[in-house]
Amino acid sequence: MSTLELANLTVRLPPGGDRVDAVCGVSFGVERGELVCLVGESGSGKTVIAHAIMGLLPKTLLIASGTVRLEGEELTRVSAARRRRLRGSRMAMIFQEPMTALNPVMTCGAQIDEVLRTHTRMADAERRARAAALMREVALPEPQRMLGAYPHQLSGGQRQRVGIAIALALEPALLIADEPTTALDVTTQAQILRLIVELQRRHGMAVLFVTHDFGVVAEIAHRIAVLREGCLVEVGAKDDVLTRPQHDYTKMLMRAVPTLKPRARAVRADAPVVLATRELSKTYVERGWLRPGREVRAASDVTLEVRKGQTLGIVGESGSGKTTLARCIARLIEPTRGEVRLGGVDLAHLERRELRSLRRRVQVVFQDPYRSLNPRRSVGAAIIEGQLNYGVPRAEALQQARRLMELVRLDPAALGRYPHQFSGGQRQRICIARALALEPALLVADEPVSALDVSVQAQVLALLEEIRTRLELAMVFITHDLRVAAQVCDQLAVMQAGRIVEYGPTAQLFAQPRHPYTQALLAAAPGRNYVFGTK
Amino acid sequence: MVLRNWSVRMGGAALLVLVLVAIAAPLLGTVDPTLFDAASRDLRPGEVGSITTLDGEILSHRFLMGSDSYGRDIYSRVLYGTRISLIVGLACALVALFFGVLLGLVAGYVRWADGLVMRVMDGIMAIPAILIAIAVVALWRASLPSVVIAIVIPEIPRVTRLVRSLVLTIREEPYVEAAVALGTSAPKIMFGHILPNTLAPLLVQGTYICAFAILLEAILSFLGVGLPPDIPTWGNIMAEGRVQFVAYPHNVFFPGVFLAVTVLAVNMLGDGLRDTLDPRLAESRVSTQVLDEHA
Repeated sequence: MSTLELANLTVRLPPGGDRVDAVCGVSFGVERGELVCLVGESGSGKTVIAHAIMGLLPKTLLIASGTVRLEGEELTRVSAARRRRLRGSRMAMIFQEPMTALNPVMTCGAQIDEVLRTHTRMADAERRARAAALMREVALPEPQRMLGAYPHQLSGGQRQRVGIAIALALEPALLIADEPTTALDVTTQAQILRLIVELQRRHGMAVLFVTHDFGVVAEIAHRIAVLREGCLVEVGAKDDVLTRPQHDYTKMLMRAVPTLKPRARAVRADAPVVLATRELSKTYVERGWLRPGREVRAASDVTLEVRKGQTLGIVGESGSGKTTLARCIARLIEPTRGEVRLGGVDLAHLERRELRSLRRRVQVVFQDPYRSLNPRRSVGAAIIEGQLNYGVPRAEALQQARRLMELVRLDPAALGRYPHQFSGGQRQRICIARALALEPALLVADEPVSALDVSVQAQVLALLEEIRTRLELAMVFITHDLRVAAQVCDQLAVMQAGRIVEYGPTAQLFAQPRHPYTQALLAAAPGRNYVFGTK
Repeated sequence: MVLRNWSVRMGGAALLVLVLVAIAAPLLGTVDPTLFDAASRDLRPGEVGSITTLDGEILSHRFLMGSDSYGRDIYSRVLYGTRISLIVGLACALVALFFGVLLGLVAGYVRWADGLVMRVMDGIMAIPAILIAIAVVALWRASLPSVVIAIVIPEIPRVTRLVRSLVLTIREEPYVEAAVALGTSAPKIMFGHILPNTLAPLLVQGTYICAFAILLEAILSFLGVGLPPDIPTWGNIMAEGRVQFVAYPHNVFFPGVFLAVTVLAVNMLGDGLRDTLDPRLAESRVSTQVLDEHA
């Protein structure tokens, strides 16, 4: 008997949605001691399946037909009371965002204790001992101190460990993990993945792991279920699905996963230098009123160089100062010290008026395509805004906008539409068109593909590559994803705590990382030994 | 989509009726609300009496809502009073929004002006609204503009605070940063990018100001510091009927009902707009939201 068995599960969307069913006729099982990865792009219904199993679906979504069996017990028809008893004791869930999954006003110990008190009749001392044992089990340092700590006092990885401890408290037969490492840095992610795999082996649990990241899948899965628009397109053993996919959709996904092998590209060494920073620093000073002020060095002494037609990648984990650096280069924030030379002029300390004429030379593409376009302005208005600012007549700017829409493979007739009428990938293309409208010398791309699905990501990366070669653009490309960096960057700068710890050609950096931090980052990249797709 | 909301429909419909009543007041069997007749004092609702026009002509008239102690027709006065109340409500909302938006945009976007503007606003908020209103009316002669100013002054800080807090979040949006990178000037960013994205909550705030202004105007008139007593406002009618309230409750009852219905309608409209314009509460987007939750 499988621990979890889904048969023909169909969940209906409310009328007027994008499609009739959120999930249609999905059947698969998870055995004891098995880790099944449920993968799919955004909107594919993977979270809906996880919530349907746990009985956490919102009222607007109804299970229309099919069965969900947990250790043989049919869950879609059990009473709310019975399901509540099963949640936590026989099945448990860990969530994507560990900060919001924990209650900020309760200590971690109290949150573990709550589960034990609700479901068991343990005595106080027994519960305390169990909580401490759980903290040790998820390898949290100083378990006693951690029990008394509030969620905000812990790091992201530690919070996720607490989340796992809560899920494990009653030794459930089934653990559902909904993108549990998506919000974490790559080195932390590697640790959490190791922990989940280890706990699963030790307890013989069945694990359903929901993710969109094929690197993670390659790292941990036994079997894989691929979802597309609510339908299961392929289920199979890891190696079969990742290296010998049968369905066209899976094949396309596998082709879209960027490899970790740096792509060799020739950049003329004598190309003119477009951007050069020297000892660029940004220090945030937090003024204290009754206590001494605190200084945060977001970026310190960054010296970089980008030539025409070259892409410089800046990689690092969250809080390493990559975005601060990008904003300093585009002068969206004022650098504290140092130089930003753009074609011989130092942008770093120009007066506002002088800066304005130079702004058009540096353009930015942001991470979140949903927030980087004004929802109340048409796409055409967004693209021509820059040119109008610099005195280009409206008709001429619109004509240029139509050409740009063609360049980014969108219909020029769509210029009158509003951002919400486009998908995430299309919006990111619009943002690229907007940045290119001013014919910049340097394009700063701040995580331009991290919010996109892997297939869309591949298209946007191909577009950026095409633009770079066609317009011989210099580009600063900020990313946390080493796979993406390997594909687009000629040079790489690795940042840690505001400093550049290693800087050099991408191929060299991947082949012989010198700095221990670079080595750790490369070692943590999920699925690094795996070759995706058909050979 | 907005019209699907129950309270928008109800509030809007009631308000529409009131606007029509105000516009069509002369056609609804009313007489000049300032006319009186000593022979028709303190009539009960529905009684027939006489009324003297300015030319000295004596008309027979049915007093649907009775008459007051001067022999004036309450029905006519209440209907004409609707005009004053709606004008005061609308004017106060528009003027308060105009100044509040201006000050709020400056405080939220121009960092050095923030402290200055907000401390002045805090100062105004520290004084009770009624007190400011009485002082302003006492300073100038009681008239429609002075009453509007009196009501608007204590409202401006509230709008300013709302706009400032909206601006503080919107200015951090990437699309505003993108506009900066495109070389867009600060005024264009404030009015072209930020202001349009604050409109939905402002519309809701506007309805609350409108309802409060209608109420405050009636209170000021009732206290005798509002519009002059010869102008028929609901507050004035109630003030005059106050002394005889036990014997002739209709003097206070009818304008009171109109006031309550109007304020309720405006507030319902505001609540409904808040629910439909706030995307987090809009039901029509639930389906895609669920699917995108973990995108």
